[in-house]
Amino acid sequence: MSLEIPRAFVEAILEQSRAEYPDECCGVILGPAGSGQALRHKPMANAAHSPTFYEFDPKDLLALYREADDNDEEIVVIYHSHTETEAYPSRTDIAYAGEPGAHYVLVSTRKEIAPSTEFRSFRIIDGVVTEEPVSISD
Amino acid sequence: MSIEVRIPTILRPYTKDQKSVEAAGATLSEIITDLDSHYAGLGERLLENGALRRFINVYINDEDVRFLGGLEAQIKDGDSITILPAVAGG
Repeated sequence: MSLEIPRAFVEAILEQSRAEYPDECCGVILGPAGSGQALRHKPMANAAHSPTFYEFDPKDLLALYREADDNDEEIVVIYHSHTETEAYPSRTDIAYAGEPGAHYVLVSTRKEIAPSTEFRSFRIIDGVVTEEPVSISD
Repeated sequence: MSIEVRIPTILRPYTKDQKSVEAAGATLSEIITDLDSHYAGLGERLLENGALRRFINVYINDEDVRFLGGLEAQIKDGDSITILPAVAGG
């Protein structure tokens, strides 16, 4: 397993993370159902407005799934930022991970590593975290 | 009266991989009881100490049940129920 993702999406997600700092940012990348391809980036609002928590607004969540269904798309990537810690799933990330088919992407823009950043991808299935390689395409 | 209930991927192991199942009941609570009687274990994934789990979202048509009375929300013929796990974390 690995995640292939266009460079423009990586940059857009890092930019969103900086723009929403100190709150965590979040969003998804969709692709044609069954393809596993990350083709359409859709930033989402963090309804928790928190530096330590993120949550899609329940209304936005329903709209997202309806939209994906209507377009015959699936959610390929679910991402969020960690603004002060490393880009690794936290205990709550693992507890609430509800999409066994998705790549869970975490980015970190924490100060200690600036100007570099982290962009990592994981599968989270039944409480088990498996990191996977990320291949960035130009 | 039979209501369509859409099941998210993570709960499909309970419904033999069906995306959508039928259930009967006049309130959400009755629907969940009926679901659990056909798909054992599903109720436990939706409820905790007799209340809806915090990170499970249930919608009747387009409305979050939390605004419709939660488990006591009334279900009428033709309604459709959607269950979605929250997308959330820390």
